[in-house]
Amino acid sequence: MSERFDAIVVGAGPAGTAAALTMARGGLNVIVIERGEFPGAKNVFGGVLYRHHFEELIPEWWTRAPLERPIVEQNYWLLNGDGAVKIGHRSRRYLDGKPNNFTAMRAKFDRWFAQQAEEAGALIICETTATELLMEGDRVIGVRTDRDEGDVYAEAVIIADGANSLLTQQLRARPELSPGELSLVVKQTLALPREKIEDRFGLEKDEGATIEILGAPSQGMVGLGFLYTNKDSLSLGLGIMVDDLMATGARPYELLEAMKQHPALRKLLQGAELKEYAAHLIPEGGLRAMPKLAGPGWMICGDAAGMVNAVHREGTNLAAASGRMAGEAVVTMARSGDFTPEGFQAYARAVQASFIQRDLAKYQRLPAFLHEHKELLMGRMPEALNDCLYEWFNVDERPKTEHQRQIAQNIKGMAGGAWGLLRLASRGWRAINE
Amino acid sequence: MHIVVCVKQVPDSREIRIDTKTGTLIREGVPSIVNPYDLHGLEAALQLREQHGGRVTVITMGPPMAEKALKETISLGADDAVLVTDRKFGGADTLATSYVLAEAIRKAADTWGPVDLVIAGKQTLDGDTGQVGPGIACRLGLQQLTYVEKIVAVEGRRIRVERRLEDGLEVVETSLPALLTVLKEINTVRRASLPGMIAAARYKPIVWTVADFPDIDVTKIGLKGSPTVVSRSWVPEVRKVDTTYVDGAAELWEALWATDLPERLGWSAEEGA
Repeated sequence: MSERFDAIVVGAGPAGTAAALTMARGGLNVIVIERGEFPGAKNVFGGVLYRHHFEELIPEWWTRAPLERPIVEQNYWLLNGDGAVKIGHRSRRYLDGKPNNFTAMRAKFDRWFAQQAEEAGALIICETTATELLMEGDRVIGVRTDRDEGDVYAEAVIIADGANSLLTQQLRARPELSPGELSLVVKQTLALPREKIEDRFGLEKDEGATIEILGAPSQGMVGLGFLYTNKDSLSLGLGIMVDDLMATGARPYELLEAMKQHPALRKLLQGAELKEYAAHLIPEGGLRAMPKLAGPGWMICGDAAGMVNAVHREGTNLAAASGRMAGEAVVTMARSGDFTPEGFQAYARAVQASFIQRDLAKYQRLPAFLHEHKELLMGRMPEALNDCLYEWFNVDERPKTEHQRQIAQNIKGMAGGAWGLLRLASRGWRAINE
Repeated sequence: MHIVVCVKQVPDSREIRIDTKTGTLIREGVPSIVNPYDLHGLEAALQLREQHGGRVTVITMGPPMAEKALKETISLGADDAVLVTDRKFGGADTLATSYVLAEAIRKAADTWGPVDLVIAGKQTLDGDTGQVGPGIACRLGLQQLTYVEKIVAVEGRRIRVERRLEDGLEVVETSLPALLTVLKEINTVRRASLPGMIAAARYKPIVWTVADFPDIDVTKIGLKGSPTVVSRSWVPEVRKVDTTYVDGAAELWEALWATDLPERLGWSAEEGA
């Protein structure tokens, strides 16, 4: 005896919950299968959430959801061994009226978000793993779970089971992810009293700042570090492409420990108490690693579909938007009573027309570009820029023309001469533009 | 056969911390679970229902958040789950708790038919007294079988069980209705089926407040009905132990002889050599 639903959602992260919420509001009978003890239980995200795409689902959500700090200042730091070139922007415009983004802990946020779907009528079943899609010919007709009498059937199955999506593999919607398309992020949550956070980062009460860190910490591998302010803790992490980790044998936690000792970071972290240590895979293959998004009976959303814009550290917003689009496609099909393959493709078309696919298309050549020039971009460039700023600020017996000639040489030197620099600039431009 | 299972929602003791200054439990941020012994009680009830038919009613007294514990019992297969909750029930010790639960079991009998068996865990993780089960039995005049490790047989109106005692095993038989408190060893708790999980997600526990018990004696409930006084609670000091690491049996032997242990055991150096 197995019950039939209008839709099954696998995974209660932002993508799955957005889909479930949309469909439950559309009056559909929806079941969400979540592996964790509660939505968010398996989540280690301590990062940045953007307001906009959740606002489309729940107006003023940010006044009620558990969040850490609205962001007033965002920075990029380029580190060499002991120095840091810092560039960033601080403005109260980010907070005016409605804050643009927030630091948040997804372990708390996802739980809250899923509650909204539950209140709208979706059934959320936790501690249950979807192990297999049930097929009838080439059509997905349900999901098998790891519980007794665990088969459940529906007109539509929305796959939102995260970066390492087993169900996507079963569909052969894309080749298995390769190490070059995944980054491994290790993160520490470091407790620090809120006044200390505000003093050290120059923040008003309850405001937040972010720092993205490029250069020395990734030791020449393609990677990015980050330091975010939470209410009474800091999220410090480092993500590195898995293929680079495999090639070098570097241990992520050692790299993170080394990063903590950098002179530009050490004092910010001093006395902070390690509360939590976590690791997670992020699909960073971009558009080229994106699977087929829909087929008869199924759709793939969020991380499972590789919807991560690493350049702009965006992922949860792409997930929520894609989940909403999938949910809308199902609601439309349910209204017409006709779950045709074309109806499922409507979701893929919605993604293609949206910022999701357009942003990912814009950066689709970037992973290859970064990989090809990693020694330069992750090593020589931060080094050269640190040297340049040093020349610019350092005062000694030499006249300015000599300092500035040195600067020009540093820049040319890092790229192998003026032609190399031009070539790099042009390739870089093409890598971030369609 | 109508079986009532009494459960309690308790803080997960694996994640409990103690405020060393006040000596009280830090409950904030500690997840709540169903008292593990009670889950074994529920499993025993479900197995009896499978063998003899009937129904399993779960009852808890607690704050509204105990609904979560009740939903878990529904997911495992309980027919109904009752939350006895009211501000006036709050602050109860084992005396007041067993009074209210006994009244609730009477009401369950009125609602769903005479109760043949009441099952509870041997004790809770947080209170640890083991008094509530026996308290209910006394108030309802039930035969009382505590520390049950095995239900050997239920035949007609008779039940035979094995009780695990400190100095051995006791095989006891009595007549129904009876109350059992059970040990973990009695069974392995099943994992909920998917239909069970779905039923639980949809289930709204039945709520009984003071108003649902017109005949209740309000002097016997809640803080007022609780004569127990906690005079002091404290954190035992961690015993300091000197640790020496040795390499191999020979070194261990040497190290042992360097202590006062042989002397305390009355060994002589000659025997040791």
